[in-house]
Amino acid sequence: MRHLLGVRGLDRDDLVHLLDLTASFRAVNARPIPKVPALQGRTVATLFFEDSTRTRLSFETAAKRLSADTLSFSVGTSSVKKGESLRDTARTVEAMGVDAIVLRHSASGAPHRLAGWVDAAVVNAGDGWHEHPTQALLDAFTLRERFGTLDGLRVAIVGDIAHSRVARSNVWALHTLGAEVTLVAPRTLLPPDTSAWPVRVTDDLDDVLRTVDVVYLLRMQFERQGAPLVPSLAEYVERFGLTRERAERLGPSTVVMHPGPMNQGVEIAPEVADDPRCLVLDQVANGVSVRMAVLFRLLGAGPLQNAGGGGDV
Amino acid sequence: MSEVLLLRGGVVVDRSGERRADVVVRDGVVAAVGPDVATGVAGTELDCSGAYVMPGFVDLFSGVGEPADPSVETIESATRAAALAGCTAVLVGVDPSAPLDSPAALHHLRALAAGASCAVVPSAALTMGAAGERLVPMAQLADLGVRVFGDPGGVADPTVLRRAMAYAADLGVVVALDPVDPVLAGGGHLHEGPWSSLLGIAGIPAEAEELGVGRALALALRTGVRLHLRRLSTAASLGMVAAARRAGLDLTAEVTAAHALFVDADCAAFDPAFKLEPPLRPAADRDAVAAALRSGVVDALVSGHMPASAVAKNVPFAEAAFGAATLPWYSATVFSPVECPPARAVALLAEGPARIADLTDRQGGPVVAGRPANLTVFDPEAVWAAGPETAVSRTATTPFAGRTLRGRARHTLLDGTAVVICSEAQR
Repeated sequence: MRHLLGVRGLDRDDLVHLLDLTASFRAVNARPIPKVPALQGRTVATLFFEDSTRTRLSFETAAKRLSADTLSFSVGTSSVKKGESLRDTARTVEAMGVDAIVLRHSASGAPHRLAGWVDAAVVNAGDGWHEHPTQALLDAFTLRERFGTLDGLRVAIVGDIAHSRVARSNVWALHTLGAEVTLVAPRTLLPPDTSAWPVRVTDDLDDVLRTVDVVYLLRMQFERQGAPLVPSLAEYVERFGLTRERAERLGPSTVVMHPGPMNQGVEIAPEVADDPRCLVLDQVANGVSVRMAVLFRLLGAGPLQNAGGGGDV
Repeated sequence: MSEVLLLRGGVVVDRSGERRADVVVRDGVVAAVGPDVATGVAGTELDCSGAYVMPGFVDLFSGVGEPADPSVETIESATRAAALAGCTAVLVGVDPSAPLDSPAALHHLRALAAGASCAVVPSAALTMGAAGERLVPMAQLADLGVRVFGDPGGVADPTVLRRAMAYAADLGVVVALDPVDPVLAGGGHLHEGPWSSLLGIAGIPAEAEELGVGRALALALRTGVRLHLRRLSTAASLGMVAAARRAGLDLTAEVTAAHALFVDADCAAFDPAFKLEPPLRPAADRDAVAAALRSGVVDALVSGHMPASAVAKNVPFAEAAFGAATLPWYSATVFSPVECPPARAVALLAEGPARIADLTDRQGGPVVAGRPANLTVFDPEAVWAAGPETAVSRTATTPFAGRTLRGRARHTLLDGTAVVICSEAQR
């Protein structure tokens, strides 16, 4: 694996290996001094063309805990504002001697283009509506911790699938690891053609909730839609919100997930967000371990030293 | 122009069919056509064995950059590429950035075109600045020889379009439209379908084109204008054209070589070389385009040449400009993969486009004595590689990169002068 551009195209062994590595690094992160010298002397640059403090901090923390040096580049403080292109920016950063570039960009496929322009390993930290592979990995890891396996797990992804890179990555990760995925949304929030996707599609949330193990809610960005894709927020909540009433009908072992930040009162009721069955904080906590696994997988030479615990590496 | 050219050993193809014949060209015109007419004549021999001698090709859609952006392409570089493709005329004025809307712009273009490797035929905008509001001085431009009018990118307001069609109908000129509903297409970057869904990129639905076709047909029916539909790309669009033609509408249509060859799945690696206008469609549409070329539902195969600079293409897909270089390679597709018989190839590449642009006095054939010697000698079996090394354009971004093509122009004669000999440009 030279780059991590997306989950689509990774096979089960790739994913299982990354999740096993994640388990090793979670053990590292539980130590009093959560740091290993695995990537000493390596440099990881984060290039964020879209604001996302949480994801950037998660990657930088992961790099530092692997003893890599980090370079941070974000649009607000850079020459990108002066019209420099992605290609020029990336080549400039690479000229400083970086081994990996973590890219967040508003254009789908930007990391794929970047991988053709630089020698460094490229990690997709979210591209447009396309993919957000480390989010899907941390979600899969969180579910594996909770249920032991994803085989046969019934997962409903609810909300604005059309504009969600999280949904696109999760569909492939969950399916490849054996889960059964159902997309729940009105047709106006679905991608135009999902015939090639390994999913079931419905607009009947209540029907799905009767049989599901995982309810994965997406952020509803009603205010960002120039022309709203649903008639009103109230109607959306009525049909697709995980309200308290709906949550009460969930099975005792059913869990609720969300990639954050949550719109409480829209896709998720505040009471549900605070319910112990809501795994949002576990998801966030696993983010650093997953990103350590990805950086190590791409840059680490030879077997993992000093990581200890967990998976077989 | 006293040079005598002897085209020996080929098969002459024009609207009257195929026949083994030699061709003598003298003083810019075809002097004789027939078996052995070149025997004993002194002149420069051009070997035509294994090749078709055809009327020179006419490309109805060539973006030439000039005068808007000569760094992308110039008339000199574009017409050289055209001549290498076998063209003896190209219709220009399709660049959205340089709409031709005044006699002064026309004179400027004609001055730039002096000495080009093929005839440069101007088409004008329908509205000033192609802004979709005020009509261009259509009668003045028609008096100066402009026969084709159309706004690059289409006319958004149907009131303006209807007015333009009515005015054009009186003058007997052609209204050439890119049929697209700009609102429905707006913000999209590739065909809306399985691939736009997988890649997470805003799509351009087929309906955006089909609404444009329906609107153009409805308005043309009432105004009686000569309507030409540019760059059709969906099976349903082509079906509407066939139906309108059966109903007796005075209508012509074109498709591009890229849309007969490539599909939306070619965008899977996010390569902006495949970001074209209209977008590349699924295989069923691509196959319908090829079938329409063979059956005669469309009248012309065009290059759709719209080169974009490296700066505009070395960016992520959604940020990249539409368009790519296609002119050097487009004519090769007519035999492979489209598989047109030779007479049909002549209809699509020469005769049809010449008729649409009112160029039949000098272009489009037939290959008979007394006609201007605008000819292409085309080797249908020549195998060659498309790509930057055979690009003559100033910009090399093209979906054809890395493709092996079968069929290539061997010699191109412009008014009796060989501008291409053995696939090498002479100007």
